[in-house]
Amino acid sequence: MDFLVANFGAIFFYVVAALAVAGGIGVITFKNPVHAALALLETFVMVAVLFILRHAEFLAAVQVLVYAGGIMVLYLFVIMLVKVKNLRADEVFLSGIAPLAVLAGVLLGALVAAGILLGSMAAGDASADVLRTVVTEGGAEVLGNTEAVGWVLYTKYLVPFEVVSVLLLVAMIGAIVFGRRDAALADAGEGVES
Amino acid sequence: MIGATHYVALSLILFCLGLIGVMVRRNFITVLMSVELLFNAVNLNLIAFSFRLGDLAGQVLAIFVITVAAAEAAIGLGLIIALVRLKDTVLLDEADVMRS
Repeated sequence: MDFLVANFGAIFFYVVAALAVAGGIGVITFKNPVHAALALLETFVMVAVLFILRHAEFLAAVQVLVYAGGIMVLYLFVIMLVKVKNLRADEVFLSGIAPLAVLAGVLLGALVAAGILLGSMAAGDASADVLRTVVTEGGAEVLGNTEAVGWVLYTKYLVPFEVVSVLLLVAMIGAIVFGRRDAALADAGEGVES
Repeated sequence: MIGATHYVALSLILFCLGLIGVMVRRNFITVLMSVELLFNAVNLNLIAFSFRLGDLAGQVLAIFVITVAAAEAAIGLGLIIALVRLKDTVLLDEADVMRS
């Protein structure tokens, strides 16, 4: 019991990390896209928990709202919309390159892991209060993570913020163009007579 | 003591899983889900180093990454709808109109 109490943070991290990895494995192995989507949802929520552990509370809320709430619903909507045929088990993966792809993934992992282990990452983290501090002309004040992120986003990173809004506009127009029915038919050569 | 190394290692595992998923899956929808896995791995890395260095820039960059992920999901799912209308399939290796 003392061991549990003394190492609660580490045990909690390992459980959450194992669940996140299990969700990731589910995404790439489940045959049914709906099951894969639910596994992905598990990974999203676990990553949100890890964000909270790293004192990024605002990001955790955004992760749940945007990913689990928005993007995941969009995925499920499209899965239900396109009526995916039930694929046979041997059709889930690209047959020829699957072993090579797994080898490539494992090799990349080994390379970066070697980099992490060989590189020097000094122990000790910065104080969590830094992530909650709002620095204005009047001086620094510890308020909360959301206020701090908002201050930095709307002052130091205002130009990237505006550029991202243009990106969203472009993506919205692109999605509408792709989704138009007559555009798809015209490209198919079936023609739109009227 | 859980430090930045643990988070970077977990992010690495998630990234490799997403990479393998992008390369081996035939279903377009699942490939896009694997791309979301890649985005999440990168975000985890950014947040870990934001805490490690005590700098909010990592969190702001993670917000931008989430925005790009949302844009990518909208475009990708629009592509899926267009592909289903055009070829009546979501399997990527059957989308080979340029080859015929």
